[in-house]
Amino acid sequence: MNIVVCVKYVPDATADRQFESDNTVDRVGVDGLLSELDEYGVEQSLQIKEKAGDDTTVTALCVGPEKALDAVRKALQMGADKGVHVIDDAIAGSDAAATSLVLAKAIEKLGAETPVDLVVGGLASTDAGMSVVPAMLAERLGLPQVTLASVVEFQGDQVRIKRDGDTATEVVGGTMPLVLSVTDQSGEARYPSFKGIMAAKKKPLETWSLSDLGVDAGEVGADAAWTEVVETTARPPRTAGEIVKDEDGSGAKALADFLASKKFI
Amino acid sequence: MSEVLVVIDHVDGAVKKPTYELLTIAKRLGEPSAVFIGPADKSGEVADKVKKYGAEKVYVIDDAQLKGYLVAPKAEALQQLAEKSSPAAILIPSSAEGKEIAGRLSIKLESGLITDAVDVQEGPVTTQSVFAGNFTVQAKVTKGTPIITVKPNSAAPEEAEGAGAVEEFSPTISDAAKTAQIVASQPRQATGRPELTEAAIVVSGGRGTGGNFEPVEAFADALGAAVGASRAAVDSGWMPHSFQVGQTGKTVSPQLYVANGISGAIQHRAGMQTSKTIVAVNKDEEAPMFELVDFGVVGDLHTVLPAATEEINKRKG
Ligand SMILES: Cc1cc2nc3c(=O)[nH]c(=O)nc-3n(C[C@H](O)[C@H](O)[C@H](O)COP(=O)(O)OP(=O)(O)OC[C@H]3O[C@@H](n4cnc5c(N)ncnc54)[C@H](O)[C@@H]3O)c2cc1C
Ligand SMILES: Nc1ncnc2c1ncn2[C@@H]1O[C@H](COP(=O)(O)O)[C@@H](O)[C@H]1O
Repeated sequence: MNIVVCVKYVPDATADRQFESDNTVDRVGVDGLLSELDEYGVEQSLQIKEKAGDDTTVTALCVGPEKALDAVRKALQMGADKGVHVIDDAIAGSDAAATSLVLAKAIEKLGAETPVDLVVGGLASTDAGMSVVPAMLAERLGLPQVTLASVVEFQGDQVRIKRDGDTATEVVGGTMPLVLSVTDQSGEARYPSFKGIMAAKKKPLETWSLSDLGVDAGEVGADAAWTEVVETTARPPRTAGEIVKDEDGSGAKALADFLASKKFI
Repeated sequence: MSEVLVVIDHVDGAVKKPTYELLTIAKRLGEPSAVFIGPADKSGEVADKVKKYGAEKVYVIDDAQLKGYLVAPKAEALQQLAEKSSPAAILIPSSAEGKEIAGRLSIKLESGLITDAVDVQEGPVTTQSVFAGNFTVQAKVTKGTPIITVKPNSAAPEEAEGAGAVEEFSPTISDAAKTAQIVASQPRQATGRPELTEAAIVVSGGRGTGGNFEPVEAFADALGAAVGASRAAVDSGWMPHSFQVGQTGKTVSPQLYVANGISGAIQHRAGMQTSKTIVAVNKDEEAPMFELVDFGVVGDLHTVLPAATEEINKRKG
């Protein structure tokens, strides 16, 4: 089986994330890493490989700047077999639509020899967090979309997932090839082992540019984006609130007083 | 004036409140046309409801041939409706399903997509809250028909009588759109409390509950609030995932958010930081949650909450 898992390099959520003066996400000044939510995609890909057998390859695919190679490396350390990093100055400032275009072209290229059976994505990137790229990929690739899985099962070329929807829990099924995305409920992601870290250094890693994919530079990047951020404003810090210590039930009374003063009671 | 398509948020024809918020927003941008994708026999009652909030037209797309499949057929139906009606914008509820429909529609129509708007004004110019609520971003669509997914509580619904003219629309659904099948579906059980994302007050519990949510629930009920939980509480199996607030759970923006036994990790803040008033009960005065609060009690939730519940019930008389 040929599995491609899409992994994104994102600014660390626990760091002080910022915007550039052109309103794009600062991806250089802030330490970045493989989006935690994409670790779950890597994990599920590896579990599928472990069940399917040895002729399965898992390729970690990332579109991003130079440092984004870290995300691919982490996926290789976890156990992916192969890495592809798509990097091109023209890609900077791309929106979800353009990102999905580049990913789709890279997936097509990866499938040129052996067709891709499974494209795996995460619940959302932890920076933009739109949760739309896998759906866009399914649309672009003309593949079934079996997304937001909390449980993944497969047998032969049949995939079944549990999806905890907004109003119902659903079981969704499809036939490979398809696009799968998984949530952080799908099962703990493994840590790279020492052996995994050493092995990753020898794994094949390719770097592709837009011309390798046959994508015109004019189709991607900030200028070609279908949306524009016109302004970014840091949220004003909240003014310090009143904090009381509970002593002999005083806290409950003070809390009720506060709620009453704000007309919540 | 151009039409603005508003996809109705409903469960089996029971219209949900975000629909009225979207219609109110749509009026700022053009003439609201509500789109009902659901059982056609419910279209009459749905039309009666949405016209009270300004729907001039109500497109009815019977979901008989759509509902067994995941999102793709709905995106196809909306594409065809958009091509027919040339709307000024398309507004979709910002749910997991809504966003995926919007994503596919964006590619189909080659139109820009903005997700998770918390406000939409003329232009349309949208406002989103990003980086765990630490930044506010204003954005607009620069290509095609603006497709915007809008979060609950993004506008105060305003009543305005619309014509509510019902028009059937029968899309042609391709076989390619019917490839992800919904094999089984189990509706979520009603809690009897307000819905988390729509509630005016949310009372949440975290690891500090030690697994006993009773004080949290009783306090919530005294305030008529929805109940939420941190991921630690969900991962421990104390509450279902649908109660989770945060980056990988629900984003809430109520008038009042009460965090009990929740430390205030960035991923939790991401789901509640834009709440108007924030209150916390935590026995650790160093808990980061206290940086966000308007009012905080340093104390044990197992004693503070029951006493506060009693006090509130007494005052309510
Ligand atoms: C990719 C990713 C996504 C995530 N998404 C989410 C998300 O969506 N939502 C989310 O919540 N978290 C999320 N997390 C997890 C998050 O980082 C925290 O681990 C989690 O929020 C901690 O939950 P907690 O505050 O209940 O537990 P803890 O951090 O353990 O805090 C418990 C608090 O309870 C207090 N306490 C203990 N006993 C009492 C008592 N008797 N009375 C009063 N206070 C008491 C303690 O002082 C402490 O402050 C995510 C993490 C990652 C990496
Ligand atoms: N630049 C990227 N490179 C690789 N994968 C990506 C990229 N952007 C998004 N993805 C994938 O799409 C998923 C959803 O992203 P988003 O729609 O941005 O929230 C992520 O979890 C990734 O699996």
